Amino acid sequence: MIIARILGTVVSTQKDERLTGKKLLIVRPINVDGSDTTGYVVAVDTVGAGFHERVLVVAGSSARLAQGMKDVPVDAAIVGVIDTVDVK
Amino acid sequence: MQLARVIGTVVATIKNESLEGRKLLVVQTLDRNLKDSGKPMVAIDSVGAGVGELVFWCRGKEASFPFKREDTPTDCTIIGIVDSEQHVTR
Repeated sequence: MIIARILGTVVSTQKDERLTGKKLLIVRPINVDGSDTTGYVVAVDTVGAGFHERVLVVAGSSARLAQGMKDVPVDAAIVGVIDTVDVK
Repeated sequence: MQLARVIGTVVATIKNESLEGRKLLVVQTLDRNLKDSGKPMVAIDSVGAGVGELVFWCRGKEASFPFKREDTPTDCTIIGIVDSEQHVTR
């Protein structure tokens, strides 16, 4: 899993029907110290995350294992909203 | 599978229901000489590892196999604790 920050939303009307009702968010992977990296991922939200929150993103086929994502064509899912990251 | 050092913890109150009760740890992947390599990742713990320990972890869909495998969304899971650094022969 990676830590990411939510940068924005994606609106798509014409999409696979199994994606209907799913919220799509643009997230940018960040380092454990909170600094930004480059690039972005479009991820499906499963927890109700909001703009600029730090979240946990699962990538690959595991993204389909999140609750409500069975057989949904996704390869990135937001599975948690991070409260704290404590690195020694 | 790769070797890693557990370097921290992550707390997330709001999470996918299937992750309820799982421990989230920050792991730093190591190379064969046990030096840091690449960026830290967040992993779910399946063996009771703690901060500072040398562990090995697996990525991809197989990471969900230690748990209810059709039900646990993880792509990164700690699946073993290395007894000590001396047990890693190079």
